[in-house]
Amino acid sequence: MSAPTPTTNFRDTDDGRAVHDLGGLAFGPIDKSEHDLALWEKRTDAMLALLFAQAFSVDAMRRTIETYAQQEYEATSYYEKWVKALRNLVVEQGLMTREEVDARFADVRARLRDAGQDVDDGEVSW
Amino acid sequence: MASQPAKAASTLAPGSAYPGPRFSEGARVHVDSREAIGHCRTPYYVRGKAGTVASLVGIFPNPEQLAYHRPGLPKLPLYRVRFMQAELWEDYAGAADDHLDVDIYESWLEAADA
Repeated sequence: MSAPTPTTNFRDTDDGRAVHDLGGLAFGPIDKSEHDLALWEKRTDAMLALLFAQAFSVDAMRRTIETYAQQEYEATSYYEKWVKALRNLVVEQGLMTREEVDARFADVRARLRDAGQDVDDGEVSW
Repeated sequence: MASQPAKAASTLAPGSAYPGPRFSEGARVHVDSREAIGHCRTPYYVRGKAGTVASLVGIFPNPEQLAYHRPGLPKLPLYRVRFMQAELWEDYAGAADDHLDVDIYESWLEAADA
């Protein structure tokens, strides 16, 4: 399988085309290959299914994803987009504070590090 | 299309009863070309284009409001609108009767001149 050819089509939001609205742009062939879902992707799906019933709508999640900057939008995978939206909407809706989310990330990273696992300390912008 | 369409749902006060779908199957409609501000389900490539109502999909809370945690009322009719591919894309090389169906909320549609 070859990776899709990277192509950037600048979306000028001034004309009303949002970053996700790709219909008709020349991105080349679509890579239709499937991959097995990682555990974190399944958990993201499950958490969002629960949150949709309680805390926010799928429309709110779409709106959140549609506001990512183009560079981030094109560099992130499907579930990476979802999990960032989950984090941001949990804070937006007041279920957790940003400080609580950050503290929880620090806890999990420390636990994984103690268990001898490689930990990515990269930050995902809010 | 009838010359006196019902009042557009988007101009109704929140909570007011919606008078019913403005467009029936086969109606010629024109998609608004306004800029989308915030969340919008109408694809860029159909804005400003004309199509034909293929069916009424249903009546649903307005996603442009749901996206901001509002109740999305009044609900809006959602239509399946059929566009001819040759009218959507320059230099379309497929068959003349190739078409594309897109689900579009009534707040983005106006009656097209016949």
